[in-house]
Parts: sequence; C-alpha cells; structure tokens
Amino acid sequence: MSMTITEKIMAAHAGKDRVSPGELINCRLDLTLANDVTAPVAIKEFSKLGLDHVFDPDRVVLVPDHFTPNKDIKSAELALCVREFARSYSITNYFEVGKMGIEHCLLPEQGLVLPGDMIIGADSHTCTYGALGAFATGVGSTDLAAGMATGECWFKVPESMKFIYHGKMRPWVGGKDLILYTIGDIGVDGALYRAMEFTGEAIQDLSIEGRLTMCNMAIEAGAKNGIIAPDEKTKAYVEKRAKRPYRFYYSDPDAAYAEVKEYDVSRIEPQVAFPHLPENSRPVSEAQGIELDQVVIGSCTNGRIEDLRIAAQIIKGRKVNPRLRVIIIPGTQEIYLQALREGLLEAFVEAGAVVSTPTCGPCLGGHMGILAKGERALSTTNRNFVGRMGHPESEVYLCGPAVAAASAITGMITHPEEVMGGAD
Amino acid sequence: MQIKGRVYKFGDDIDTDQIIPARYMNTYDPAELAAHCMEDADPSFAGRVEPGAVIVAGKNFGCGSSREHAPIAIKAAGVSCVIAPTFARIFYRNAVNIGLPILESPEAAEALKEGDQVEVDLAKGLIKNLTSGGEYHATPFPPFMQGIIEQGGLINYVRERMKDRA
Ligand code: SF4
Repeated sequence: MSMTITEKIMAAHAGKDRVSPGELINCRLDLTLANDVTAPVAIKEFSKLGLDHVFDPDRVVLVPDHFTPNKDIKSAELALCVREFARSYSITNYFEVGKMGIEHCLLPEQGLVLPGDMIIGADSHTCTYGALGAFATGVGSTDLAAGMATGECWFKVPESMKFIYHGKMRPWVGGKDLILYTIGDIGVDGALYRAMEFTGEAIQDLSIEGRLTMCNMAIEAGAKNGIIAPDEKTKAYVEKRAKRPYRFYYSDPDAAYAEVKEYDVSRIEPQVAFPHLPENSRPVSEAQGIELDQVVIGSCTNGRIEDLRIAAQIIKGRKVNPRLRVIIIPGTQEIYLQALREGLLEAFVEAGAVVSTPTCGPCLGGHMGILAKGERALSTTNRNFVGRMGHPESEVYLCGPAVAAASAITGMITHPEEVMGGAD
Repeated sequence: MQIKGRVYKFGDDIDTDQIIPARYMNTYDPAELAAHCMEDADPSFAGRVEPGAVIVAGKNFGCGSSREHAPIAIKAAGVSCVIAPTFARIFYRNAVNIGLPILESPEAAEALKEGDQVEVDLAKGLIKNLTSGGEYHATPFPPFMQGIIEQGGLINYVRERMKDRA
C-alpha cells in the first residue's frame, strides 16, 4: 500500500510498516524544543515526574527567544528557570543570549533538525522544519514535558492535503506570497488536523529559506504539519550542518490525499494579509496606499539571510519614510553576522531603520516595537490577530520582505516595482 | 462528571492571542492568567464570568499559538467546559492534557444562546439546554484520550507508564 511522506515518517517512528489517517500511534522522537515562554510550564509539569534525567540531553533543545534579552523582571525569571533547568539536566542544546536566535531560524541553521526526523516543539511554528522533509509539529507544554521524559509522543495520523504549484513566480514573489495566497484560498481552518504537502515546479524553484517560510505558516491554516519532499537543495543545505544520520522520504506516486489543490503561480502577485486573520490575503495592488506607522522585517517566517538581502536590495541607498519606524531583526546571531559582513546592516541603519539583536520581540507583542492604540504595522511575521503586536485596537498587515521594504521607503503599502521600476 | 452553568458565547476563529494576550505571558500563574482570560475578545469577560461557566464558541476555537496558558487561563477563570463545532488541534490536545473538558458539537454551538443554562454529561457526550429544553450530542473522546482524562491528565498517565517500564 502506498503512503505519503508524512505517513512514512510516522510509520518509521512508530515501528510500523504502515499507518493510515485516523490511526492513533505512539512515536519515537528525534528532538524536542521549548522556549522561554513554554519551557517553564513544561519544566513545572516535568518536575512532577520526579526524574533526574531527560530522555536524551542532546535531543532536548531550549531556546530563550521570545522575551529575551529579558524585557522585564518576570521575563528574567522565566529565562532563569530555563537556564537552571538546562544546567541541572546537562542540556547540550541550550542557547544563551549571545548564541541564540529565533528558534525556528536557529534549529535548521545549526543542523539540529534533519530530513526524516520526528520532532515536537512547544511552539506552534515548529511545523517550519517540514521544509527539510521532516515531520514536525507544535504541541503544548504538558505534551512537551512528557516528550522530554519519555522521548515519545502520541499522534493521530493526519490526512494529507496536496498543494501543487505550477509555473514560474513573478518578480518580487516568494514563499511568503505563495503561502499567504494559499491560506487566503483555503482559510485559517482549511487544513485543520491535516498535513499540508507542498509540491510542484515553483516549490523546487524556491530556496530552502522560501520553503521554511511556507511550512512555517502551515499552522495558520490549522494544519498539523507542513512538509516538502527533500531534493538536491535540501541535501546541499543539510550535509554541511548535520551531526547525525538522516533519511529522505518521498510520497508514493499513488498515495491517497484528502484533497488536492493546484495553483498557477505565474498569476500570483505579491500578497498582503489584512487584519485580523492571515486568510485575509489580497494582491498588493489592492492594498496600495494604506498608510503605515511601523514596518517590521524579521521573525521565524522571514528573518533569514535571503529575506534581509531582498530587503537591503530595495532599502540600500534610499531613506526610510519619515512618517514611520522600520525595525529589522535578523533571525539568529549567524544571520546577524552574515548581514553585517555583507554590509546589509549598514544599508539599513543608513536608511534610518533600527536593527535589533535576534528576538521574537514585536512579532508577539512582547517588546522592541509595540503598537499604540490605532497604529498600523506592516510586518513579515505570520500572525495579524487582534492585539498581536500591541494594543487591541492596533492593526497588523502581513507580507513578504520585498513589499515590507518597498513600503518602508514610501510610508504606505507599496508594490516593490514602484520603488525599483517595473520588470515586466 | 456533571457540569452545569451559564453560556457565554463567542464567534469563529477565536485565537489564543485573544484568549490570553502574549503581553501577560511573562507569568504562568493560573490566577494572574485568569484575570485576563478572553481579554482581547471581550474585555469584560474575566470580570463577569460566573463559576461553572460554559464557553460556547464558533469553529476553530483556540487557533494560533501553542500556549498552554490559554486553556489554563480558561480553567482558572472558573469555566467548566468549552463547546465548539471544531477546535484548533494544539488547543484540543492541551485542554485534554490539563483537564479542561471540551466538546465538539456543531449543533450545540449553533443552538445555544448567551445566558442559557446548560447541563453537560461528559461521559455520554450529552448537552442539555435547561433554558429552552433542547438536547445535543457531542463527539465523545476516543478511548485513548479517555484514558488520559481518567488518569487526571497526561503527566499522571506518563508517570504510570514509566513505572511499568522501570
Ligand atoms: S518569531 Fe513570532 S511566530 Fe516565530 S517563534 Fe517567535 S513569537 Fe513565535
């Protein structure tokens, strides 16, 4: 019987020859992840088990990234709790401020998540790692505590939905635009409880960065996981990073899908999602001229080096519009350093943007760019829920790095072509 | 387990940022979280919620982040049960794991009105409207999850399993 890539990875980790959608299975985990917000709750639950060890100190990853560098005393106490746990349980992959980055940028970069892996993280965007051909999903802190203790987690095998992207992308269109367009099509519960498998010519054309962006937002359609079959690009990305063996899985050609969606990407414009749901995506041409108070470029969705390069291409040699603040946040220390070496940070600062140390910061309304009542931001992050970036009466529009950078120059939502000149 | 209380209604796609905004997540103290429960959906909720309250919401309740703070805030606010046509999957797991009863019932979610008094029988998956007399059925938990609930949550369940292994 044929299986999808998701089913194959699950079967392999459940010690079964095959699994089918709806089946409840217990899986061996390759990695668990938590951050400064979710780890303390998991640690509290974990301590009830009275254990003196985690299942494997090399496979428990702890990243203080949400409210760090500590934004206030309470956050400092959360970070302290994580640090002390990491020390007393000899956790090898604890990333202190100075080494850290936004978790979903950091783990792929550090070679901690690999093709064929089964991963849970106490963070909903753990689904990002599907871009490398892994099964990765977000769980809560109690599930994570059980995972840290046992190295196992139960799952219901999801039905898979296949998304086929045909054709060539237009200039200034990237992974963010494809995923916003897709969520706009199927809705924020369009893939509820399901696996989203992204395939097709346009996916092959995407960089690993673009693929990570797409899988990152699978949760915004309610999915359990997003996944992309590994290829030569995946191999090139992981082989220099991996410190343990990995395996490529592929869907069988006749695997069963609950639904198949096909898109012609040559028709897709850069996208903007209007408040207050990611499904409110529209072509940027329908958002042109909306005035902004703040632009944020960063997050686990679009805080990677490719994103910063695209932004710098547009911002370099120009000035940020005086009516707004522009906050740029490289995803990890390595990305920060790379951007520094390439002169991207200089271009941003010269233009009048702020460059922050890696942190989730404003993405979840934590710190480093909170919105006041009535303010409006355009952001490369993944959620535009009510109050997500600050006051409940503020607004967040979502987009990719190109639209964000162009809008930073004009002060209003703008197609990158308007700043850079039309290509077609 | 019998549940009885007043219905508080909410719409579709209530996300975890509305249930407990991230600005309050520098703590995980249940009482502090409860004081801000549902704040960005209805700022008056935490102040007026009665013990035993039943939240009745639209589709995809609890979408968004994985924060367990969301079901913790709801439970600590005194809510006894959440009824919706569908739940976001991480919220669903988290609620089971911390022992907040939730029921998927499209018919109850549609029929129940703000202020109705309801009685819920979790074992049978039966929801009774004491105000208008209606009766609705919910999808019962799969037996595997019932096991977790019977053990009083996932941590107890794991503790038992680890004992067997040792
Ligand atoms: S950048 Fe935003 S979405 Fe990503 S992990 Fe941080 S808070 Fe969550």
